[in-house]
Amino acid sequence: MTPEIFADPVLAWLGPVPLTRTMITSLATSVALIVASTLIARAVRDQPSGVLAALGRLTTRFLADLVEQAAGQRWPALEAFAGALFLFIAAAAVVGQLPGVPSPTSNLAAAGALAAVVFLAVPLAGVRAKGLGGYLKHYLRPNPLLLPLHIISELSRTLALALRLFGNMMSGHLVVALIVALTGFFVPVPLMALDLLIGLLQAYIFTILSCVYVGAAIRVGEES
Amino acid sequence: MTEQAILALGSLITAGITMAVGALGAAFGESRIGAAGMDALARQPDEAGAITRNQFVALAMVESTAIFCLVIALVLLFANPFIQGS
Repeated sequence: MTPEIFADPVLAWLGPVPLTRTMITSLATSVALIVASTLIARAVRDQPSGVLAALGRLTTRFLADLVEQAAGQRWPALEAFAGALFLFIAAAAVVGQLPGVPSPTSNLAAAGALAAVVFLAVPLAGVRAKGLGGYLKHYLRPNPLLLPLHIISELSRTLALALRLFGNMMSGHLVVALIVALTGFFVPVPLMALDLLIGLLQAYIFTILSCVYVGAAIRVGEES
Repeated sequence: MTEQAILALGSLITAGITMAVGALGAAFGESRIGAAGMDALARQPDEAGAITRNQFVALAMVESTAIFCLVIALVLLFANPFIQGS
């Protein structure tokens, strides 16, 4: 038995573009999130005392607290960014519990794409806060000799973000698949619950690390 | 033994050693985090929420080294570039 760990089967072709399983599941996850967010936004406007509105306010409050804790200040733009990351990864973990549907983030390419978004967001936020020269100058501090180390640290933390998410999601599915192959149905249910918990925890960690990285980028050069 | 058999044998043994050593390091690190978290909880029960949250983040960061080892072991087993047909 060779488990599908790095493979991503092509399910359909859109002209010359292959549509892989990960693309379809992540698109479905995004569409479901957009629909749910639209419903919640409408509920917040029309029925401010309803359950959906309370859910929306709880979520935004949670994200605002997370950003303030990780980045050190209230910052609505980063809240939206962190919210997108957190809700997508958490929804991907929930989607992964459906039978026959692997989580979108248990594919290395999808996890790498999320990490690449963070990798690009860090210099964008830094340049916006400090200007191009002010941000680039921090690469030469405290000594120009440390420039390679700065670059290696940015690349390696992006790799670590991608591999951490991919490895955690993939290993959960692998354990469940192995237990199903060895014993049968209903035995892996506790492990699936653990997998779901780990997925939500990884969403939180990915988000909080992204906020820490972006928050560090806007405060470069300010010695604390 | 053919060259492929030697490569396969080496990959299997290395994957086992990778997982063993990686899990060992992560286990020691996580036990220290757990002990430190309990200590902090006993000293300051009021800060239970913040302590637990940060403890989980630290646990996941340490655990990721074991996950890296798992990824390497799986690459050796299922996506080894030197073994034909894997």
